[in-house]
Amino acid sequence: MKYYLLIPFLPLAAFLINILLGKEALRDKAHWPSCLAIIGSFVISVMTLFDVIHGKIINEDLYTWIVSGKFSVSIGFLIDQLTAVMLIVVTGVGSLIHIYAIGYMHGDKGYYRFFSYLSLFVFFMLMLVTANNFLQLYVGWEGVGLCSYFLIGFWYEKKSAADAGKKAFIVNRFGDFGFALGIFMIFLTFGTIHYVPVFAGVKNFVGHSVIFLGYEVDLITLIALLLFCGAVGKSAQIPLHVWLPDAMEGPTPVSALIHAATMVTAGVFMVARCNSIFSLSPVAMNVVAIIGAVTSLFAATIAIVQNDIKRIIAYSTLSHLGMMFVACGVGAYAAGVFHLYTHAFFKALLFLCAGSVIHAVHSNDIQGMGGLKKYMPLTYITMFIGALSAGGVPGLAGFFSKDEIIWSAFASGTNVGTFVWIMVTCVAFFTPFYSFRMIFLTFHGKFRGTHEQEHHLHESPKVMTMPLMLLAVGAIAVGWVGITPLLGGGAHFTEFLKPVVGHPEFHGTHAQEWGIMGLSTTIALSGLVIATVFYLVKTEIPVRLAKNFSAIYRILFNKYYVDELYSFTIVRPTLWIAKNILVGFTDAKIIEGIVNGVPRSIGKFSGMLRKVQTGLVHHYAIIMAAGAFFIIALAMLLR
Amino acid sequence: MVPLNWYILLSAVVFTIGVFGFLSRRNIIIMFMSIELMLNAVNISLISFSHYLQDMRGQILAFFVIAVAASEAAIGLAIVIALFRNKATAHVDDIHEMHG
Repeated sequence: MKYYLLIPFLPLAAFLINILLGKEALRDKAHWPSCLAIIGSFVISVMTLFDVIHGKIINEDLYTWIVSGKFSVSIGFLIDQLTAVMLIVVTGVGSLIHIYAIGYMHGDKGYYRFFSYLSLFVFFMLMLVTANNFLQLYVGWEGVGLCSYFLIGFWYEKKSAADAGKKAFIVNRFGDFGFALGIFMIFLTFGTIHYVPVFAGVKNFVGHSVIFLGYEVDLITLIALLLFCGAVGKSAQIPLHVWLPDAMEGPTPVSALIHAATMVTAGVFMVARCNSIFSLSPVAMNVVAIIGAVTSLFAATIAIVQNDIKRIIAYSTLSHLGMMFVACGVGAYAAGVFHLYTHAFFKALLFLCAGSVIHAVHSNDIQGMGGLKKYMPLTYITMFIGALSAGGVPGLAGFFSKDEIIWSAFASGTNVGTFVWIMVTCVAFFTPFYSFRMIFLTFHGKFRGTHEQEHHLHESPKVMTMPLMLLAVGAIAVGWVGITPLLGGGAHFTEFLKPVVGHPEFHGTHAQEWGIMGLSTTIALSGLVIATVFYLVKTEIPVRLAKNFSAIYRILFNKYYVDELYSFTIVRPTLWIAKNILVGFTDAKIIEGIVNGVPRSIGKFSGMLRKVQTGLVHHYAIIMAAGAFFIIALAMLLR
Repeated sequence: MVPLNWYILLSAVVFTIGVFGFLSRRNIIIMFMSIELMLNAVNISLISFSHYLQDMRGQILAFFVIAVAASEAAIGLAIVIALFRNKATAHVDDIHEMHG
């Protein structure tokens, strides 16, 4: 029995049950279908993982969906090593987040709607990762974008949330446009959009070029860059990163699931899946690596001055995503996916802990927090572990994956590789710095909020702290399957993915590897130490720095003014064109002209015609007689 | 024998008189009389052809025409009476409310 089909379709069933019956029948029990579905999917995903480990790969076309001329697409499922990893991430972390959400969303009037959207999201994400052709991937891609819109704007009565949902969807659209063009190119080149024939046939098109917008470009580079457009949008890389910080308007479980563990990693997954295409285009690889590195450093520098606890973690996500793309860009796709896997755990952990804090304090502003560690010890400990993992402290999961990326960048041997290695090493300093800044300002010192808030400070209920503890265990331990051989591990993760993503060439000696590891560890620890000094010991230093370097501080605090730039150059002109040209002229004058003008002219014509009906009987008689006369004359003449 | 042409001519002349009467008179009753004239002209034509072709069908059709003419006259006059009760005139020019 095709039990793997249950993996995406259990959450779909949960969605249907919740959306149809939730409002009346289920109400505050709406979590049961969703949670049971995703836990069921997780169990089956684990079973599937074991199958894949024993070599049983699934690639089946189930139903011929579209046949149009030479274009033929089937609904099909591909479950190989890469998909198996993604399934575990999505359903495993997703299950914990679902359980957490039972507590977090308790009492919300849209409770059933929340869980139905969550289940729909999980369904689309699972369709995305199990697809065996680009169109199904795109369906999942668009579907998760749609659910992201629903969930970001979940509290739709709040204008900023509704705006953020729109922003996420619209910015994603830009990327999806390029992605769609890429899929079209793939069809034009290969005649099919199923993975297996495309990936097998890529090498035949090396060196081919095609005319694009009047210029002659290399075919494979063009396809890779167009596909990467989608990844830039979905995974919030520069220049389409602007939606992710605003997406924090959504409930925290949404931020954890969608904007940390799963949806934003779809871009990385897609690049890893299409590694055959990317590997044959050095230009595209360099673009991927450079954009990843620039985004990573950009986001890390913004994170160090933010005061909204969720925004710090959001920029941290941007930064880590950038690192995953750096890994893919230098050919180490397995390292990128490894970081995706560990990141899902520690980032979801950080978000859920932040949610726990927000639940207690009813505010996101860390300047209004402090001293929470005695009120929320469990949250404190788990968040501390999460920050250690994110910062790349040795021994925890984040360290192994991050180190793999840094080493891959250095050992790639190219100029671009060295450049991105420098940038990622800088990020390795900032990451623990802002993570621990957040921890110290939130949990240490004295509580800076109001007396009202202080009375309500409490640890979160068990349904929320259990997932935190499990994720903390994950944040420590999940990296242990991928310990590099240098430290005595078996690099099981990379080996496991080798059939799908290959293995990059490393130009480096063991001594260099030790050196790089030592360097990045030292830098990470120094970031931690400096954060301790700034925010625990001598807390007046950051205040003085902000005052002395106020211009830099302002630029960083305002996120390099990118939103303002986009608003000025793109948003406002578009709105102006829409209001004045499209509505004012095309709609009001041309279309209204036709829609009103046609009836008016018909009316005038009928007005002329109706004058024949005079109401006088002998007029009618004359017309009748004349008509009869003409017909008879005609009949006689034509005989 | 009377030649066929004369009967056809007679029928045509009577029919034409009927048509002109129908088109030019203003009194409703006179217009009805003209309609009857036209119908009778057709009857003449039918009967004469029936006699000359020695075929009974013409005469049978003439019966039908008479029956229809009678019923039409009955209903038409009933309408005229209803009209007269409302408008108190038989002048057709005064009855023109149903116009465009």
